[in-house]
Amino acid sequence: MSAQVEIRDVSKSFGGVQAVTKVSLDVDAGQVFSMIGPNGAGKTTVLNMISGFYHPDTGRIVLEGTDVTALSPSRIAARGVARTFQNIALFKGMTVLDNLMLGRHVHMKSGVLKSFIYWGLAQKEEIEHRKRVEDIIDFLKIQDLRRRPTGSLAYGLQKRVELGRALALDPKVLLLDEPMGGCNHEEKEDMARFILDVNEEWGTTIILVEHDMGVVMDVSDRIAVLDMGAKIAEGTPEDVRVDPRVIKAYLGDTRERAGRHGA
Amino acid sequence: MAPEALTTLPRFVLRNARDLTARPAIREKDRGIWQTWTWAQYCAEVRDFALGLAASGMRRGEKLSVIGDNRPRLYWAQVAAQVLGGVSVPVYQDSIAKELAYVWNHAEVAVIVAEDQEQVDKVLALRGELPHVRLVVYDDPRGMNHYRYDWLKSFQEIQELGRRFGQERPGYFEAEVAKGAPEELAFVCYTSGTTGNPKGAMITHANAIATAETAARAEDFRVDDDYLAYLPMAWVGDAFYTLIMSLYAGFACNCPESPETVQRDLRELGPTLILAPPRIWENMLTSVQVKAADAPWLKRTIFARFRAAAERAEILRADGQTVPAWLSLQLALGELLVYGPVRDQLGLSRARWALTGGAPLGPDTFRFFRSIGVNLKQVYGSTETTGLVSLQPSTEANPTTAGRPCPGIHVRIADRGEVLVKSAGIFKGYLKNEEATREVIDGEGWFHTGDAGFIDPRGHLVIIDRAKDVGALDDGTPFAPQFIENKLKFSPFIREAVAFGSARPFVAAMVAVDPSTVGNWAERRGIPYTSYTDLSQKAEVRELIREEVRKCNATLPDATRIRRFLLLTKDLDADDAEMTRTRKVRRRHVAEKYAPVIDAFYSGRDQVELTTAITYEDGREATVRARVRVEDVEGGVAAHV
Repeated sequence: MSAQVEIRDVSKSFGGVQAVTKVSLDVDAGQVFSMIGPNGAGKTTVLNMISGFYHPDTGRIVLEGTDVTALSPSRIAARGVARTFQNIALFKGMTVLDNLMLGRHVHMKSGVLKSFIYWGLAQKEEIEHRKRVEDIIDFLKIQDLRRRPTGSLAYGLQKRVELGRALALDPKVLLLDEPMGGCNHEEKEDMARFILDVNEEWGTTIILVEHDMGVVMDVSDRIAVLDMGAKIAEGTPEDVRVDPRVIKAYLGDTRERAGRHGA
Repeated sequence: MAPEALTTLPRFVLRNARDLTARPAIREKDRGIWQTWTWAQYCAEVRDFALGLAASGMRRGEKLSVIGDNRPRLYWAQVAAQVLGGVSVPVYQDSIAKELAYVWNHAEVAVIVAEDQEQVDKVLALRGELPHVRLVVYDDPRGMNHYRYDWLKSFQEIQELGRRFGQERPGYFEAEVAKGAPEELAFVCYTSGTTGNPKGAMITHANAIATAETAARAEDFRVDDDYLAYLPMAWVGDAFYTLIMSLYAGFACNCPESPETVQRDLRELGPTLILAPPRIWENMLTSVQVKAADAPWLKRTIFARFRAAAERAEILRADGQTVPAWLSLQLALGELLVYGPVRDQLGLSRARWALTGGAPLGPDTFRFFRSIGVNLKQVYGSTETTGLVSLQPSTEANPTTAGRPCPGIHVRIADRGEVLVKSAGIFKGYLKNEEATREVIDGEGWFHTGDAGFIDPRGHLVIIDRAKDVGALDDGTPFAPQFIENKLKFSPFIREAVAFGSARPFVAAMVAVDPSTVGNWAERRGIPYTSYTDLSQKAEVRELIREEVRKCNATLPDATRIRRFLLLTKDLDADDAEMTRTRKVRRRHVAEKYAPVIDAFYSGRDQVELTTAITYEDGREATVRARVRVEDVEGGVAAHV
């Protein structure tokens, strides 16, 4: 059986910077697949190419047997790929509920005219979508936040709403860009729990970019390690943990970088 | 069914299903909508689960424990166990593993019904230490897919099992209910004693029903009442109102969506009966004050004006004087502009009466709610009395007493001022602890509450402190630490306080500030802070609390005024065994833990190195070390040492 998401030899450069060089990944349906690597390794760029935000210079991306390399982000979203962003992309002035309802837009069929009249089809549709959104609210345990403006929430909670917005799309594939970035220990534990639950309960394939090694090792089925835009290793968490190239390139490198940044 | 047949709680389920068939019995807010079960449905749910338990081999006298937030299924599980002659042992869901293991093993719990994965995980972590547990049932199936144990079942699986079991054995359920006898145990409620291990208070069906009868005679319960079930299920107050009283009087209980949504759910529902500990009333008042302070000038002025008028009227009324006509006129206008809307905002607009109990409520807070038209009253009871001893009649509400002993409950004051109680509601004893039982129930059947108090000229009971805590300063002046602590805690800035002074020259107190109000106060003044520890040691905060201590001192006799105090760098916490789960100070433990502080208080030093251990909910431990200043309330120590 071929993989649900196939990434074949994709490369991407920005001006003179070669961000990603000939990276190939195969993600099977129902997997939790993680990409790790030092800052600037090209992880987010790969994510951006899967979601159609960037188009690769060379190589191709195949989603469930269909070549989606050249499709726009909205087309790819309509095929069931949702994502969250490193720097939360929510409407800060809108309530949590409205943000989640907006996340359902790809499934809404009523046009401008029907929506304007509202009663009848549009109302029925709204109720259907609200049901699904309520499931997500219950799932993420944010019942107390429905009417709160998103911008007024703590960072960790905004991250949770961001995940909810992506889930509202009913994705087959969920791309998560550093969902734990900036979260405290407890928020990380909660988020890891939610990611596993999404994967188990709905069978959603998850492609995760994350810096917290502990979390990545705990939740992933497979891990790909990127460095300087190239894939240097791939395997199960156990394989990757003991891979000498990974230890040298990733762990060794970050220690050096951490020292340089004084972090 | 004749009334005399209503001798056990499950019989009330059958009666309600027959007589109140289509009336609401219980509601739960789920997916943002209130879902209702009628008494007929309630009975069917209980029946299916009870039969499922029977099919799983539950025997009479076995114990079933529930752990989680207030959920209809967890209530049904308790009644279902009682149907089979079993006993309900509710536990506090925020208990740490060690406490849970103790209770489940001590009570020999055979079946645990857990709310969700989080609670099941606690059981899983302890599985090897729980030899008596045979079956674990969960309510919410989320995340439970990969849990594969033959002793772990979903609530639906058990009910499904029960339906099949019932089809093969018609009349089994009714026969089991009929077997129940009033002297059988209904609950074992563990009291988080302030010393040692918790003790399991055994409450029989007869105790429960007798207390329900007493409550119904003392207070007005109606079948169309709505009650919000949000207090911990392990607390006797919740068992009494949500199970016993609801079954007895037939009113509907309502389970909030989550602990975080209680305030909003309260407003949506507008319950007609409310029971809340002082902390909740104080939080409500704080929220009103914060909103009032943030309101535009006009609204703020109107609020302040009418609030003052209402409190003036309330003071006159409490003194038994008549309210002058011009003030009555203001009240009528205020009802329209302020009192009604505020009650509505708080979800109190339909409340016929509201109770506060468990600890004293500050007179200012008490007066505020009475003045805006909430019929707030004090109630007194304990686990051992099935939650009820005395209650204030609506016309005699006041902030100082615990109310009049309820009809059929005898109260007597013993030699050392200890309150003794005798009634049909007095519990059967502590489970597997004859000695402790003999200590509290004497030969004539009087229950020794351990509280020191007196009966005032009106016939109201007044509680001063725990009898064993009442001591004396070294010059012989009587000293009741809790009395002083409560006065301190009336300040919105002080969350917890522990007073010392027994056999000492003067009174000193450790104070834990309230991070929300003090944090808010600091923000408004542009005082930056990082953590609780940092906030508590700011010079401005110390000055603020000094002023609060002075205010408290003004209401105390000179000899028992607080001379020195210290701000703790962390709040007192049940997880650190400093308080009980119902937030009562474990005095002896605290005195040992903070021995260096006590030493500093009385040796005149003005600094102390404080090392405190913190236990996280998952059992991990950490320590906080800080140099803390000991403050003198007035001038130097020399002035009074």
